[in-house]
Amino acid sequence: MESTQHHIDRKTFLKVAVLSGTGVVFGVNFLQSCQSKKEQPINLEALEYNEFNAYIEIALNGYVTIYAPNPEIGQGVKTAMPMIVAEELDVAWDHVRVVQANLDTKKFKRQVAGGSQSIRFSWMPLREAGATARQMLVNAAAMEWNIAPEKCTTHQGFVVHPKGDKKGYGDLVLKAATLEVPQKITLKKTEDFTIVGSGKHNVDNFKITQGDALYGMDYSQEGMVYAAILHPEKFGDILVSVDASEAKKVHGVLDVIQFNNNIAVIGTNTWNVFQGKKAVKATYRENKNKEDSDLFDNRMEQAFESGKFKKRGGKGNVSEVFAKADQVIERVYEAPFLAHNTMEPMNFFAHVTADKVNLKGPIQTPENTAKQVARALKRKEEEVHIEMCRIGGGFGRRLIGNYVIEAAQISNLIQKPVKLVYSREDDMTAGYYRPKVKYKIKAAIKNNQITGYHLQEVVVNNMMWPKLANYFPEGAIPNTLFESYRIKSNIKTAPWRAPVTNFLAFAEQSFFDELANELQIDPVQMRLDLLEEAEKNKHDDMEYSPRRFQAVIKKVAKDAQWGKTKEGVYQGISAYYSHNSHVAQIAEVEIKNNQPVVTKIYCAIDCGIVVNKLGAMNQAEGGIVDGLGHALYSEQLVKDGIAVRSNFHQYKLGRMKDAPEIQISFIDSKEAPTGLGEPTLPPLAASIANAVFAANGNRLRKQPFAKNGLYNS
Amino acid sequence: MEIQLTVNNKTHTVDVPGETPLLWVLRDELKLVGTKFGCGVGQCGACSVHMDGIITRSCLLPVSIIDKAKITTIEGLSEKNNHPVQLAWREIDVPQCGYCQAGQIMTASAFLAQNQNPSQEEIKEAMHGNICRCATYKRIERAVQTAVEISKKTTK
Repeated sequence: MESTQHHIDRKTFLKVAVLSGTGVVFGVNFLQSCQSKKEQPINLEALEYNEFNAYIEIALNGYVTIYAPNPEIGQGVKTAMPMIVAEELDVAWDHVRVVQANLDTKKFKRQVAGGSQSIRFSWMPLREAGATARQMLVNAAAMEWNIAPEKCTTHQGFVVHPKGDKKGYGDLVLKAATLEVPQKITLKKTEDFTIVGSGKHNVDNFKITQGDALYGMDYSQEGMVYAAILHPEKFGDILVSVDASEAKKVHGVLDVIQFNNNIAVIGTNTWNVFQGKKAVKATYRENKNKEDSDLFDNRMEQAFESGKFKKRGGKGNVSEVFAKADQVIERVYEAPFLAHNTMEPMNFFAHVTADKVNLKGPIQTPENTAKQVARALKRKEEEVHIEMCRIGGGFGRRLIGNYVIEAAQISNLIQKPVKLVYSREDDMTAGYYRPKVKYKIKAAIKNNQITGYHLQEVVVNNMMWPKLANYFPEGAIPNTLFESYRIKSNIKTAPWRAPVTNFLAFAEQSFFDELANELQIDPVQMRLDLLEEAEKNKHDDMEYSPRRFQAVIKKVAKDAQWGKTKEGVYQGISAYYSHNSHVAQIAEVEIKNNQPVVTKIYCAIDCGIVVNKLGAMNQAEGGIVDGLGHALYSEQLVKDGIAVRSNFHQYKLGRMKDAPEIQISFIDSKEAPTGLGEPTLPPLAASIANAVFAANGNRLRKQPFAKNGLYNS
Repeated sequence: MEIQLTVNNKTHTVDVPGETPLLWVLRDELKLVGTKFGCGVGQCGACSVHMDGIITRSCLLPVSIIDKAKITTIEGLSEKNNHPVQLAWREIDVPQCGYCQAGQIMTASAFLAQNQNPSQEEIKEAMHGNICRCATYKRIERAVQTAVEISKKTTK
């Protein structure tokens, strides 16, 4: 095997312990490489187990167990992360078993699923972990053979003697555990990868296809009761009194309790508590400040007229170039609130006792949530235990652990093990939405060049982060200004798959299409030219790579035969630097029954090395279809303080027949991998809008497209 | 009321109000949790089961009207997790979060029992009622086609 020498920082690795009679465990820190290099080296001898965030276990029979620390919400890390370890450890994939770890702040660090960051942050630490363990096994074999370690190779779970003898990892592991952790390790060359870059099936497929109890919703235990919850129907209302007399007569209802601003119905099964909930009569003190989608529209327009904006980033002198411009182009793009609608509604099990708070269920942020539960119950953090399970979708909703706290509070009040289950209506109407937002973008044109770019955001609650000013078009346009205006609201908002960029990308990439049309430049060529300019002005703070960006645009244009489509097929391009991956998409639209219909999406992605080809393709396709469905159909409306859409008969999501043909290319790369859970979603909507414009001249600036009269599939 | 039910060829007796939907009897009383709760209003398909082989939304089906009909859930679809649809789902690697997939598999298997040689349009039509928020629709479509091929091979 060809290889590259690699010095590791001691702190990036590892502590080895012998398990009684079963094998050896390596404690690993997956996340050290993303931390500051300026930190003082840590003395390995002084390390405690809490320095580690994952474990590799090698059994005496040679089988390897990898404890995956991060929550699995469908993004595929439970498969992809262990693949990286197995690659460098050099074991056969079918000898690897993956186990979901529980929340354990003593063992693990940063157990979070979010931002498409798991693979990006853990790539090198995972490789180092596998390679270091492998080196220790090689050293053990070399000692037994009494030869130099460099003479040994490894192959699929065996150390191989130059003359062909072999020793299995299982036979070597006890000896390896007694050796010093090597400081110099050998990482495989990327061209020698056999597991990374292949396609491995989701490790839970067998259990999923036979209906095993994998999810929080599926959990129950002896003596457990069920709880349903009533949040105030109107955002901002205060609960005054509860009449539970009728509810308590409902079959199977055990109790009705009031806590904080909520009511819980306790009973013997989920259906009974849902029925009990309908019979509860509650009175609320109304929030006078009525939340209403239409009123927000007015306030947003007023903000654009006369609001005081907060500067988020930019450079140069925007006001000067706008004053001197030959032409100013200005457009506004609008997005509604969106619910997350994970298929598994919010739920959590809680059992609060005198010595412990035991919790189990779906959560993307177990550590932070455990802290919040401790605070809410006035308990010590170490008394709170969270058992993790497979999660029926996250999309950002389960970054917010309010339902976990609620479950714990209910158990605390009734002193019983309880499973809190949200109905779909609770889930859809009680908030944590993608914020409603509008972007006004202006460009200054001088001598047919774009000299200034001014983006204003008016948003409910959650403003864009300043770093977005260093995305495209940074470097491509000399004068830029990014500003935000925040409207505070009682409507609960939260990150939603590809936070901010899920709509910012639409606004920006639609706007550049409009600019290309105004300036009569080909939209693909315009982007390539702007990126050429960005390449000349490249600097350290720039978040994206102009060259990699150009490459995905060229690739997708080639795949889609941009500009050479057959009659009746219209194309639109969109490209975005998406959560550290570069993505370009071309949508094809055809007119059927006088309506534009999306028939095909081409997509080119540079996410560095593709770790799991099967998983990557699944994520990329899913992001495209999810982006299409939401752009076409989805919105939550608020009227008189009440969320209007309460279930899927009113809230339309993309379905089977909406999914167009999809063709995806991954750029062949040796760069370190970046994530894929979010990246294909942000650019998608603009590719559709731009293709619809090419097809019938209608410019879509407001989502959802179907409702706004311009698009029906 | 006491109700007798035949689920996956086993007879169970449960004591619940007759209007209780089958979904909650399966999940909370019989602990057959493979059938999923998604919406409770028959819109998402996560709760799909077979009633005498016909695809049925268990969240809307009161247990009292099932009578002698035989219920099949994902747990009883095959002996060894080897129904052609289950095999195809794994071969194509359909699941992302996986939560809706039991409902998808039950819908596909009931459909293929009625139509052994469906067109692409018929597959899309049959699966249109099942929501997948991860949007694995392209793979579901391919997996149904693959299940057709697997079935043809095994019946030859």
